[in-house]
Amino acid sequence: MGRYRNVSFLAAAIFLQILGLAVQVKSPGENHPARLIRVWAVSTITPFEKGLVRVQNGASDLWHNYFYLRGVRQENRELRDQIEQLQIEQVRMKQDADQAHRLQSLLGFKEQFIARTLAAQVIGSSGSEQSRTVTIDRGSRDGIQPDMAVISATGVVGKVISVLNKSTAQVLLINDQQSGVGTILEQSRLQGVLKGKSSGELVIDKIMPDEEVKPGDRVLTSGGDQIFPKGLIVGTVDKIEKGPEFLQITVKPAAALNRLEEVLIIVKKEERDPTLTSTHVRASDILAERLPSVPDKPPVPTSAGGATTQTHAPQTPHVAHVQPVTASSGIPGQMKSVAVPVPGIAQPASTPVPNATGTAVGTKPANPSSAQASKPAVKQSGTATSKPLQASPAAQPQPSTQPTPSNSGDTPQ
Amino acid sequence: MALTYTSREQIEVYRFSLPVTLIVPLLAVFLQVFLPLRFPFFAIFDLPLLVVIFFAMARRSQVAGLVTGAAIGLLQDSLAGATHPLGLYGIAKTVVGYGASSLGVKLDVESVGTRFLVVIGFDVIHELIYFLIARGMVRLNLHWNWGHELESAFANAILAVFLFALMDRLKDRA
Repeated sequence: MGRYRNVSFLAAAIFLQILGLAVQVKSPGENHPARLIRVWAVSTITPFEKGLVRVQNGASDLWHNYFYLRGVRQENRELRDQIEQLQIEQVRMKQDADQAHRLQSLLGFKEQFIARTLAAQVIGSSGSEQSRTVTIDRGSRDGIQPDMAVISATGVVGKVISVLNKSTAQVLLINDQQSGVGTILEQSRLQGVLKGKSSGELVIDKIMPDEEVKPGDRVLTSGGDQIFPKGLIVGTVDKIEKGPEFLQITVKPAAALNRLEEVLIIVKKEERDPTLTSTHVRASDILAERLPSVPDKPPVPTSAGGATTQTHAPQTPHVAHVQPVTASSGIPGQMKSVAVPVPGIAQPASTPVPNATGTAVGTKPANPSSAQASKPAVKQSGTATSKPLQASPAAQPQPSTQPTPSNSGDTPQ
Repeated sequence: MALTYTSREQIEVYRFSLPVTLIVPLLAVFLQVFLPLRFPFFAIFDLPLLVVIFFAMARRSQVAGLVTGAAIGLLQDSLAGATHPLGLYGIAKTVVGYGASSLGVKLDVESVGTRFLVVIGFDVIHELIYFLIARGMVRLNLHWNWGHELESAFANAILAVFLFALMDRLKDRA
């Protein structure tokens, strides 16, 4: 028996561990003794990690904030320039965002907003190439819960998988094999699930081979996984390989997943209707700005009888002119119809929306004088004309000057 | 580089003080989870594995070797994330601890060449056991990559030569 003593010990040790492994595989989850062992282990190691991170950060701050200040003036100047550029860009983007919000509200969409985030310091990793997780210095005391999204300044990082104690939680990175993120390609709007491979690469699969995907396309969260809010940057398409059934799209992560130092945890998301920034905007107003309209026509002399455009819209308001759209929201070169009041004909108030044939559908503003005031370039005549006009911001129909719909005839087209 | 066979009488058995027995494995596991954050290339090393091999070969006791391996492996498992089942590293390091102590009885494991080759061998065995259990039992979708495994084994062997020389100072003759 003494001869096999050591082998017996080995067999017993392996058997016990296999048994434990089988239990974990059979009932995966957070509520078995394995969790207790993890909590003990993490509680033993993390104080040292936190201490070391604090010392490291202190030393780094001391060096960068008090000693190594070379080039700070130059950097400050560059940053100021950058701020100015970003402010200009922000104004433009805000206009686009407002417009998108208006459309979303009209279509009844609900949006998810990041209501509150919490900064956390990354204090440890899994230490294994097979498991890609990191430990952060936030826990139950800070309101952290499993399945909260974790992001960084540059992109999506992962999600909280386990809250180990009051001040420690573990985050599953998006390049782990067991991770899955609902994503959408920005250009092609194709949706797929982003997964990690054992090598640490990120791939999107289950995309049909006949779809067109280009390297460099941005990959955003789709919001379909109910963890990450829609529209966060995940990465860019790195390479595309054709598999037997589907495309294999390799994605380069936007966040530096192997060099994480600080992350943001999304602790509160809100789902609410998009807010409207303007007082009241109708779908027809927005669509009128977006949709193509009657092509440009040469001016018709009024002496010819004025019946040229009557054939287009015998029962509709008269088209005064066709105006090129040059506003940022419009597509250059496309035309937009503007209706003008016709004296003596009572018409309901609405903005005309061009129909498929190019005729103006809808009616004129209720108050002709106000409409005229907002469109000084409109030529008033008893007959309809189609005449190109110099693009003028004042001539663009402004939502705020549009009359409020007053009857069912104002239903958006 | 020569592997020297030694008789039982020639074998020197070492022991370690309690602080060393506790602190060195903890430090190895701590560095393994902390350093890859600052130096991503460090993930290729397996410091806890090197500590298991060192302790097992120095003590030359199979039971002590497998217990050391199991304890360090389970500690490493418990820090590897909630999706990583406990026991994967535990089983692999238990076998390595047992094997290294068995080898320590038969070979002169004090020479640099022996240490280099022993670490390469045990690193590959460790990864193979891990891979088989992870694929067979836990159904993890791992892919065996010989190139990467050999690269990792060589990197660990080079580190082991220096690390073992450093750790030799912690040994007490039994």
